[in-house]
Amino acid sequence: MFSGFMVNAWIVATIVAVIGGVVGFFVVLRGSAFPAHAIPKGAFAGAAGASLLGINTLIGLGAFSLLAALGIGRLGRRGRSDVVTALALVLMLALGAAFLSRTSQYEPEIYSLLFGEILGVSTTEIVPVAVLGLVCLVAVAVLYRPLMLSSVVPDIAEAKGIRSYRMQMAFLVVVAAATTVTVPVVGALLMFSLMVGPPAAARALTSRPALAMALSVVIAMVTVWGAIAISYQSNWPVGFFVGVFGAASYALGRGAAALRSRVAGQQSSAIAAATS
Amino acid sequence: MTTQTSQSEILTVTGVGVTLAGRPVLDDVSFTIAPGEFTGLIGPNGAGKTTLLRVVLGLQQPTSGAVIVDGRPLSRHNHAAGYVPQKVLLEPDLPLRAKDLVALGIDGQRPGIPLRSRKRAEAVREMLHAVGAESFADARVGELSGGEQQRVLIAHALISRPRLLLLDEPLANLDIRSSQEIVTLLAKIATEQQVAVLLSAHEINPLLPVMDRVIYLANGRAATGTTEEVIRTDVLSRLYGYHVDVLHVHGRILVVAGPPEAAAGVPTDVALQAG
Amino acid sequence: MGAVFEPGFFTSSPVHVAIVIGTVVAVVSAVVGVFTVMRGQSFAGHALTDVATAGGAGAFLIGMSPLLGFVGLSTAGAGVLEMIGVQRARGRDLATGLVLGVAIGLAALFLYLDATATATTGATQQILFGSIFTTQASTIPMVVAFSVVALGAIVIAYRPLLLSTVSSDIAAARGASVRAAGLLFMLALALAVGLSSLAIGTILSTALLIGPPASALRLAKSVGRALAVACLIGVGATWLGILLAYDSYYWGSSHQALPVSFFIVAIVFVTYLLSGLRRSARPRTAAAPGAAPSHAAASPAAPSRATPAHAAAPNQATG
Repeated sequence: MFSGFMVNAWIVATIVAVIGGVVGFFVVLRGSAFPAHAIPKGAFAGAAGASLLGINTLIGLGAFSLLAALGIGRLGRRGRSDVVTALALVLMLALGAAFLSRTSQYEPEIYSLLFGEILGVSTTEIVPVAVLGLVCLVAVAVLYRPLMLSSVVPDIAEAKGIRSYRMQMAFLVVVAAATTVTVPVVGALLMFSLMVGPPAAARALTSRPALAMALSVVIAMVTVWGAIAISYQSNWPVGFFVGVFGAASYALGRGAAALRSRVAGQQSSAIAAATS
Repeated sequence: MTTQTSQSEILTVTGVGVTLAGRPVLDDVSFTIAPGEFTGLIGPNGAGKTTLLRVVLGLQQPTSGAVIVDGRPLSRHNHAAGYVPQKVLLEPDLPLRAKDLVALGIDGQRPGIPLRSRKRAEAVREMLHAVGAESFADARVGELSGGEQQRVLIAHALISRPRLLLLDEPLANLDIRSSQEIVTLLAKIATEQQVAVLLSAHEINPLLPVMDRVIYLANGRAATGTTEEVIRTDVLSRLYGYHVDVLHVHGRILVVAGPPEAAAGVPTDVALQAG
Repeated sequence: MGAVFEPGFFTSSPVHVAIVIGTVVAVVSAVVGVFTVMRGQSFAGHALTDVATAGGAGAFLIGMSPLLGFVGLSTAGAGVLEMIGVQRARGRDLATGLVLGVAIGLAALFLYLDATATATTGATQQILFGSIFTTQASTIPMVVAFSVVALGAIVIAYRPLLLSTVSSDIAAARGASVRAAGLLFMLALALAVGLSSLAIGTILSTALLIGPPASALRLAKSVGRALAVACLIGVGATWLGILLAYDSYYWGSSHQALPVSFFIVAIVFVTYLLSGLRRSARPRTAAAPGAAPSHAAASPAAPSRATPAHAAAPNQATG
């Protein structure tokens, strides 16, 4: 399981998990689950277009995820954001549908675009993934403080000169960049699972922001590694396990949090009873 | 009222008017605030209190008038002011402790990652102590009670050492006791740290013991001065445009709209002496 | 490009079936969609399409009718969402996201098994992009039956749904069963998603669910009128889409038609943009149609995230 081509899969999976965990921290913080789902799907349409035109898939992915991000950000300024996200998303998908109708043998390609092709990653593909991933991380590092402020207390941030609109756009562009990198690996649909489940679990487990982000990455890594391992043994698709493990990690995180608050509640009521 | 800004004033607002969507929200509002002064911005809902605060924060361009902060005309945003907004939504599972939120107030507007340093931690601890929030410094901000959250937000605003602290309806959702505690805390901060406090409220009584000056806002117009100068039947009636009565009951003030027959739009000039 | 109605359009039997199914589906989507948008549940509506994908793929695997697969799993998914029933908007979004994740995983599994176990291709395409031109006429009764159930659910829950859009507290105080209304709505939503998945595919089903209602709510002042306008837009877009898709076969020399779903989505999107222009031509008022007060139920209820609040109008858009 650890030899030859599988090494690539492990490396790429780790990179993807780090990106997913870090960017996902803010996705959950800002409640942007829908855009985080919509942008990868938009990217999928771009990849379809790229393969139609015979150009590098990454370009199509990048262009369309950026388009989706900017569209959602720009249109979301005036209209209802969830409606806008839905419509921007389906528009891009419609374009993807049009592209795909023009090619003939596309079913396997659709599948790998949707659910990833993690086991088929070649060594040359690792470099752009790593580079773009690094860019994502640097962007998050630079944006960290104002993005935190704008996400948690937007009015105060606005008063300090941090415009909510700009932060939203910057954030969406980072999601787009993360998407471009990770969609070829885990697929358009599953990138979302990595960006939502692990961070949701992490924040239920700890109240410290830095630790929450670190935990988010760790849980994402465990999810992806576990998925690869079991997929390798069972021959079932990696995507299935990523989706299920992502959801499971969230459920576990919520369960742990609920247990913790119940214990805390019992403790405080015991104290109250003892001191009354 | 002085027309030239003296260096000792922390905030000078002259003739500010704001028109939004064709409707005049503020009309010729003028007042000054000295360092360390506790000023209450009182008025009914919809009078324009939030708009006025936003003007002072630099978030709202006035259609007329000028704002001078710390001797300089107001630029894009007000660096001299700390701000506690009216509605802050903090989810219970937000991974942010009280001390983290306060730490963000030090330099949260600058890009990059905060570097952990003893000086920062010390400053945060001091500020939490100053607002009486040490006991819940490690709790999630989303799990704090209304009063506790207010303290944390005040600490967040103060940690960057502003000379002016603006609070938008901080007492609105607090019970009486928390309300009194916050008011006492703010008064202490105003005098001890020489931070001018400007807070808006629609209920004047909780502020009576500590207010130095009051700005009463009604119909977008303002009357400023001490409580005795402003909260009077004649002054308020003129502001409202119809007769209102100012009643004193056991040291508390009640502003009551006059009988319907008197609401003919003609303000009375007869000053009713307080009973 | 030749005539507006290319030869054989009116006599073609697949076109007849397509028109019938398309019209029914458009109406159901429009009606359910108006409430979906008002309740701020566009994400849930979209999430269910991915659940439907899994359902369709699973149905294909066991040789069941795709419509049953779409509707079946979608209803199950809606049930789970309702059970999780988290109160806060953000928590609900997260829960939706996680159900979505599981559904996607299942879709991955089923589609993979479809391709390998049955050795037939084209299933993915049909599921994702719809089969309105290839569906048999015999499916129509089932389509109509599900539509009647969906519309019936909305009719029964109409008043409590409206009330709870404004405030669930008011609705509960009036004795309206908010919970039951919510359940009925989710059922209708699941059915709408299932039906439109058949017509235009799971990937694009959201367009018919959200697009016409979103445009209608921007244009109409009352819910009744919004429902009517949404139906008009939805049906119009569907008919026009079917026509254009049929005609596109004759465009150029490649004789490759563009999918119906593409045209429908494009039309719906353009309509939405146009409805926005119309609204900006009106002076800004404090309560514009479509800015439903149910922002507590809408996506991330962070105050003044996207627009600095103009003091005359309450915050409209969120994160």
